[in-house]
Amino acid sequence: MLAEFLQFLFSGITVGATYALAALGFTLIYNASHVINFAQGEFIMLGGMLAVLFAQMGLPLPAVLLLAVLVPAVVGVLVEKLAIEPVKGAETVTLIIITIGASLVIRGLIQVWLGKNTFSLPAFSGDEPIHVLGATLLPQSLWVLGITALVVVALWYFFNRTLQGKAMLATSVNRLAAELVGINTSWVLFMSFAMSAALGALGGILITPITMTSYDVGIMLGLKGFVAAVVGGLGNGLGAVVGGLLVGILEAMGAGYISSAYKDAIPFVLILLILFFMPRGLFGGKSTDRV
Amino acid sequence: MNKRIYYGLYGLIVILLVLPFVVPNNFYLDLAVRMAINAIIVIGLNLLIGFAGQISLGHAGFLGIGAYASAVLPMHFGWHPVTAMLTGALASALLAALVAKPIFKLKGHYLAMATLGLGIIINIALRNEAQWTGGPDGMPVLPMALFGFEIGSDRQWYWVVAALLVLTVWGSLNLIDSPFGRALRALHGSEVASQVVGVNVARYKVSIFVLSAFSASIMGSISAHYIGFISPNFADFFHSIELVTMVVIGGMASVYGSIVGAVLLTALPQALATFEGWETVAFGAILMLCMIFMPRGLVPTLAARFSKGDDK
Amino acid sequence: MSLLEVKDLSIHFGGVKAVQNVSFSIDSGIVYSVIGPNGAGKTTLFNLITGVYTPTSGEIRLDGEIIQGKSPDELARRGMARTFQNLQICMNMSAIENVMVGAHLRLDRNLFKAMLRLPALKRRDEALREEAAGLMEFVGLGEYVGARADAMSYGALKRLEIARALAMKPRLIFLDEPAAGLNPKETQEVDHLVRKVADSGITVVLVEHDMKMVMNLSDRILVLDYGRKLAEGTGQEVRGNPDVIAAYLGTHA
Repeated sequence: MLAEFLQFLFSGITVGATYALAALGFTLIYNASHVINFAQGEFIMLGGMLAVLFAQMGLPLPAVLLLAVLVPAVVGVLVEKLAIEPVKGAETVTLIIITIGASLVIRGLIQVWLGKNTFSLPAFSGDEPIHVLGATLLPQSLWVLGITALVVVALWYFFNRTLQGKAMLATSVNRLAAELVGINTSWVLFMSFAMSAALGALGGILITPITMTSYDVGIMLGLKGFVAAVVGGLGNGLGAVVGGLLVGILEAMGAGYISSAYKDAIPFVLILLILFFMPRGLFGGKSTDRV
Repeated sequence: MNKRIYYGLYGLIVILLVLPFVVPNNFYLDLAVRMAINAIIVIGLNLLIGFAGQISLGHAGFLGIGAYASAVLPMHFGWHPVTAMLTGALASALLAALVAKPIFKLKGHYLAMATLGLGIIINIALRNEAQWTGGPDGMPVLPMALFGFEIGSDRQWYWVVAALLVLTVWGSLNLIDSPFGRALRALHGSEVASQVVGVNVARYKVSIFVLSAFSASIMGSISAHYIGFISPNFADFFHSIELVTMVVIGGMASVYGSIVGAVLLTALPQALATFEGWETVAFGAILMLCMIFMPRGLVPTLAARFSKGDDK
Repeated sequence: MSLLEVKDLSIHFGGVKAVQNVSFSIDSGIVYSVIGPNGAGKTTLFNLITGVYTPTSGEIRLDGEIIQGKSPDELARRGMARTFQNLQICMNMSAIENVMVGAHLRLDRNLFKAMLRLPALKRRDEALREEAAGLMEFVGLGEYVGARADAMSYGALKRLEIARALAMKPRLIFLDEPAAGLNPKETQEVDHLVRKVADSGITVVLVEHDMKMVMNLSDRILVLDYGRKLAEGTGQEVRGNPDVIAAYLGTHA
């Protein structure tokens, strides 16, 4: 009983960490621009696929990691510069369509370039499972959790202790006021796309040794990241992390105890329930419109 | 808003009357039928997105409910196709109302999230309940029969769908220029202003969402009968996005724009087939370019260019 | 019995007490002004009374019936109309449609009748269009009857809001700084307009910074400062009140 529960919990937290990174990506961009970036999932895919490619080229692991994070970050910046910045202030639907267009282009290019096959990446430090109270834990899961934790701490430091981070936060609260005190909000937009693409890609690289990857994994992963971001109260960083883990754990539990066929539906059932009963998400603040 | 807005409808009727006699072969007639079906769905969706300012990313879910109601109920339970179609449409409307009621009290991206979730859940259910739906492989659909006549040929379907399209355009133009339609546009323009003149905002949003779900469901049923086969892809996220794209490319808050958007995006995959393998890239690039250079969509952008007066 | 009674009304946003224990009452048929420095809570008071905000505590009565916490559309049904300090015009509609939407509650709003374009509905809408054109004429926007809202000047849009509010045929109208941002000539026109509205029998509640206009129009004046009621009375009384002179007029006059 306990072993089974732990097993589901481990796999839930591991996948949940990826959702958390994706949700952080949504949050960063949402805060900087109020855009829901539907291309977020493609960065997850891009991270995994590029890592596979670079690993096959025989690069050492640190180089693989670095490149597979940097390239998607550059792609993220390109999306922002070429597609988001020119239409500043457009309607929400328009922005949504643009990011969906971007996601199709990225996915399509990868499909043309690397094909439709499923790829896997060797685990960072072997596949020898660790036994915990009858359940098994893959060493890769520890990598996923450890690096995610590091990233979360680094982000916390960035937003609370550095001037650049505070500038980004200020912009999310009030763009005009931020501009008036001399913050370069277009730099903020640039940074948030770079960072969220990098976060997504990192999640994609870390999870690939466990779940494998292909050109089309981005859609579901991205949508679940979006669910996680909304669960945590859209725009709230801590909420995104907790939301990601929660979505991952509930998905794993649901798949284990209820129905594995409906595994992918669980996050969406969760989000509907939350919207019905806790309309601001778990951590969303109350807002009052000024008229 | 004036009588001029109805001129487009007369033009449409003329085109629809002439079209079947000038198309070179059935391939184009089939394309025309699918364009018209999409146009009707997209007009309904545009009432929601363009006029009321609310977004649905799960509309294909309602298409799916309609389509599978028309496939499953006659096949497994021997229902009459019309009863099945209406049952599906009522189920869609009911589901839309249930979901929308709490959601429309919220603002911003939550409706996008909720409709997206709903669409995906419906799709997953269709894939999994294989004993009824045939699972991912889909299932055949029995032909539609009305008053003992079986509607079978492309040409018969063409007239059915053309008539529905004309009715939809007429009804939508009427609706927009009515007290209901003004309230709908007003809550998009300024929610608080519409409230203080007495518009019960949540109720209008729910009504138009339910109406567009109902219409999508009916068209889902008709598509199913027309194609004679249905699979869960018909109800997936990508199809929902395609429909929203048709709205936005044709032009938000433009009934004729919806027709143009539907026509273009229904034809696009045929045109892109020559790109072999690059379809997805090309499709994505076209979406982005259209939105970047014509954020208001084709018809409103062109209308603004060619006339100075009101371009509704 | 007064038309509108406000008792001990308060609202807090987090730690900010935007309106604190404000009480007053408004008799039917008068022009009642609310004045006070920027940030005194005037617009918040309007938002509370018209149902846009829900008060933290206190009571609002219309015709003796408690109305706080009711939604704006319910209050519209009871004859309350308002304009906004920051324009709330529907830019996706024509000017005259903005006025027509004001008559929302007086129309048959049935969805299906609308889709079928029933003749009765159509005739009613045509009559309304003429009525709305008349209202635009009344507020001095006769030349804009065929215009799009997004092609109008700021001053014209301010008056368009008044026309929209009048289309409701309200008993009580709240005007939030109708002259703000207008030039002296336009201000004077608005002054006349408010007088005409009041003369037509509608009770007017006015927030305005233009003291000449306030003193000229108002039967009674409420002075707010930091969310509190500082004074209330006729123009004469308020002008003579030492607190008011110290806190408000003193800094201006």
